[in-house]
Amino acid sequence: MKTPRQIKTPLTDEVITSLNAGDMVLLSGQIYTARDVAHRRLYEALDKGDALPIDLKTAVIFYAAPTPTPPGRIIGSVGPTTSYRMDAFTPRLIESGLRGMIGKGDRSQEVKAAIKKYKAVYFGAIGGIAALTSQCIRKVELVAYEELGPEAIRKITIVDMPLIVVNDVRGNDIYYTARNRWRVKC
Amino acid sequence: MDVKKKIRPAVRRINCKYITAAVRDLFIEANTDLGADVIFALQDSLTKEESPVGKQVLEKIIENADIAFRNKLPVCQDTGLAVVFIELGQDAHIIGGDLRLSVEEGVREAYADGFLRKSVCDPLSRKNTGDNTPAIIHVEVVPGNRLKIIAMPKGGGSENMSTACMLTPSAGIEGIKQVVLERVLQAGANPCPPIIVGVGIGGSLEQACILAKKALLRPTGEENRKDERLAQMEKELLNNINKSGIGPAGLGGRITALAVNLEMMPCHIASLPVAVNIQCHVARHKETII
Repeated sequence: MKTPRQIKTPLTDEVITSLNAGDMVLLSGQIYTARDVAHRRLYEALDKGDALPIDLKTAVIFYAAPTPTPPGRIIGSVGPTTSYRMDAFTPRLIESGLRGMIGKGDRSQEVKAAIKKYKAVYFGAIGGIAALTSQCIRKVELVAYEELGPEAIRKITIVDMPLIVVNDVRGNDIYYTARNRWRVKC
Repeated sequence: MDVKKKIRPAVRRINCKYITAAVRDLFIEANTDLGADVIFALQDSLTKEESPVGKQVLEKIIENADIAFRNKLPVCQDTGLAVVFIELGQDAHIIGGDLRLSVEEGVREAYADGFLRKSVCDPLSRKNTGDNTPAIIHVEVVPGNRLKIIAMPKGGGSENMSTACMLTPSAGIEGIKQVVLERVLQAGANPCPPIIVGVGIGGSLEQACILAKKALLRPTGEENRKDERLAQMEKELLNNINKSGIGPAGLGGRITALAVNLEMMPCHIASLPVAVNIQCHVARHKETII
């Protein structure tokens, strides 16, 4: 297996176009956490032309809601939630500048098309290893929608978060290709 | 006195405060200490997985369980909806409060004291209830004077991939297998494979769902011991699911499921209810008897 490639946010067009589905990467820099309700609110704000609480330009969103932070720690456990629930809102966010998404599971055709058209990338993280993943996080800052509790938008600083490129700008999908490769044909 | 007369257990008093304390401790323990049966199944699957990426994923899952246990951190950030199964002995007398309220209080304390995520909200406004209540409580009255509590934090991602349907009797065994297989194939990477598949067959619509959930409480790797036909179907389904190629984390491989557990009961002559409850690899449940 190849050594994972280290990449940093903000993700440039050059880095994004060089990523291929199946690439292992270690992502560092600042990203946002946002999931179901936060997505709806961002989407509605865009619709109304309201100011967004975060700058979507070049942003990377991690579909996650951590456990509460115990004393003496930076964050509790954190890991990806299933991405398809954000599909209805995602193309609009990508169109407005969103460059990267971190989650788990398949995306819709609309999301994949937006990834291609606007040069974005969807990374997969391993679900259910949240104690391990939390070790990549160096700083957490509450940014918006505090009343949503775990679902609030947080800006987190990560170092070497292990991810796999799921959907790239060329329309490739690692879930699809890997599944076909390992399927036992009857 | 008639010596042949069955000796009934004496009525026993159980104070609610012990129920609250037990529920609290069980939910904290379940969320931070993955069961030995699941760890064993994961280690065993590591020897069978052929995909290098799949192996890496399985290793990380095992490493994560260890880190969570040592640091008293939740294994997964989704610390679940609090599902509680209670077997209440008919000769147990609950004193000092209300059984359900004492369970809810235990859940409240666990999710506050254990720094567990509160993941329960109003279905329409999506407003978080703030303390992970209400819990989903199933109470069954059984013989005896004791009280058994099973705490099962159930993640939303895998629950979302679950289903229930009413087949026609003509669909038969093949129809049941098709429902299970199709559900797993459609779920793909979503429910965090390797998964455990709980299947409830028969009963009514709601009973099939409860059977499917109860099937997830069985120690991972143990087959159905009550009915050989079910044990055979479990083996066959597991084998077919693991041919899918989905693999650990959906990144391709041989291990898509660790187990398929079937539970069954008779149903109406017109029906064949089937429920499929998907469980991610963070298969958490702890129990105690008061």
